[in-house]
Amino acid sequence: MDVSCWDGTLSLNEFSRAARTFAEKWKIGNSAFPPWLWVNVPKRPFVASQQVDGFLSLENICLIRPSKVCGAEVSHLEEEETGFSEKEVAIDDATLVLSNHHEMHYYDFHIVYSASYRVPVLYFRGYYSDGCPLQLNEIEKDLPACSAKVLLESKWTFITQEEHPYLNRPWYKLHPCGTSEWMKLLFLGEAALAEKRVAIELYLVSWFSVVGQVIGLRIPIEMMNDRTN
Amino acid sequence: MEAQKYVWEGAIPLQIHLNESEVTTLLLLLPALILAPRIGYLPLLIPLIKPHFAATLPPGVDTVWFDYKGLPLKWYIPTGVLFDLLCAEPERPWNLTVHFRGYPNNLLIPCEGEDSVKWSFINSLKEADYIISGNCKNVMHMSQFDQLELWHSVMNGNLEAYLRTSSKLKFGIVEDEYTLKIDLCSQKSRKTTGEVGMGGQMKTGKCFTLHDALKSLMPEFLVDKSLIDEESFRLEGEDEQVILSEDLSSNRMAAEGREISCQSVESTCTSGAAEIKLVRIQGIEPKLEIPFSWVVNNLKNPEHFLHICVCLKFPQVNSLDR
Repeated sequence: MDVSCWDGTLSLNEFSRAARTFAEKWKIGNSAFPPWLWVNVPKRPFVASQQVDGFLSLENICLIRPSKVCGAEVSHLEEEETGFSEKEVAIDDATLVLSNHHEMHYYDFHIVYSASYRVPVLYFRGYYSDGCPLQLNEIEKDLPACSAKVLLESKWTFITQEEHPYLNRPWYKLHPCGTSEWMKLLFLGEAALAEKRVAIELYLVSWFSVVGQVIGLRIPIEMMNDRTN
Repeated sequence: MEAQKYVWEGAIPLQIHLNESEVTTLLLLLPALILAPRIGYLPLLIPLIKPHFAATLPPGVDTVWFDYKGLPLKWYIPTGVLFDLLCAEPERPWNLTVHFRGYPNNLLIPCEGEDSVKWSFINSLKEADYIISGNCKNVMHMSQFDQLELWHSVMNGNLEAYLRTSSKLKFGIVEDEYTLKIDLCSQKSRKTTGEVGMGGQMKTGKCFTLHDALKSLMPEFLVDKSLIDEESFRLEGEDEQVILSEDLSSNRMAAEGREISCQSVESTCTSGAAEIKLVRIQGIEPKLEIPFSWVVNNLKNPEHFLHICVCLKFPQVNSLDR
């Protein structure tokens, strides 16, 4: 598909494909971190669609705030789960100055397809180690500084609290209304270098390179390098 | 025009009871009787309800929420839709319980009063805009003043003001024609779930009816078919509540530039295959042969969504031993 007439969106089927590609590349490029898992949505009896519906899930992630901890490195991920080998985590124990362990913040991230906006949407929620949910003002402290600022300025339109489309519980989401536009710009930039085609399976990789920064999840450069699949 | 007026003037008589555990008086506490606009939202009624119970409330901060038979109500769904969805047999007055404490944060999105409702409305409008025109520019470019005016017209049930302000949105009107324009079918293909098979209608030159719209969303239930898997219709205790108020927002359809969100209620039925028991829009049960464009133009809600409440009948299932 030619980039110039692409509108920046993708279909549900394309989303499923892109999700697979994204999860694979993440696994390879981010091997120290837990993988994204595809969760199938049970087909409801009255839904006309015959397509496979699902979303990507990354859960139990502890976001360490950058530069709040003395001597700490730039924010990276650490999984707090039994059975996870500590050797695999690139973290210097001596710099982990978190006074109260019960104040650790955990996050679940879901990448869900929006049928209205025809783009992926990031849903997330934060909680303490006992499962108590985090309020937005507490989540704010875990976000990179520029995101917190945007949040302050556009309280109702940037991060909104909505019902998770499949889990029927309140989750936070990054509002998707601008997504198709900046995705088109991203791919246009790529097309200038390489082919004019839109490699739709790379949609989520590019998408996450932007969205991840909002919540402080970095995407390693290795994931972006291989463009020729 | 007439029909829209009726819709905007439509209201649900509510009988609001205060949650028992919050009654701090020995005096007999009468429930509050309120007429709630169909196109409005429950939190907007709080200023009317609170004075009625103020004297009996315990001291502290109020976090208001409503429940119907124990089911916490989603405040961002228009009152009329909630009623049509939850009361298969319309209950008049509709008995609701109001709570001023103990907000169920794990189940319900918090509501900070009128502002929350306003933003939820604007976000829905943006979503409709995006589906219709591929971007949110129409709504985003509306001045703050106009946005407020639009919202106030909804809050006050002022159809004239609404029509005046919403014309600035440039959404355009769905043509009330008997044949669809060819343009619609050759538009860039949208591979969303439940794509409308309007092409088929085109060839016969017939009008696109409500029945056709429903068929594209729920084809299984408009044809008499026996159920294959009874297990999938087992209603577990807690899930039943969730299913009742479920908003099938994943079930969308672009129809002549308008959007539908299809919500459904499951109820046990006596016998036979699963089928549609009734279809309710704005409290009425329209004949399925009505041209869909008329339904959209006259029965849609102010945020440009058409809410169709469908009641399904499933065969009775014996509880399965696990």
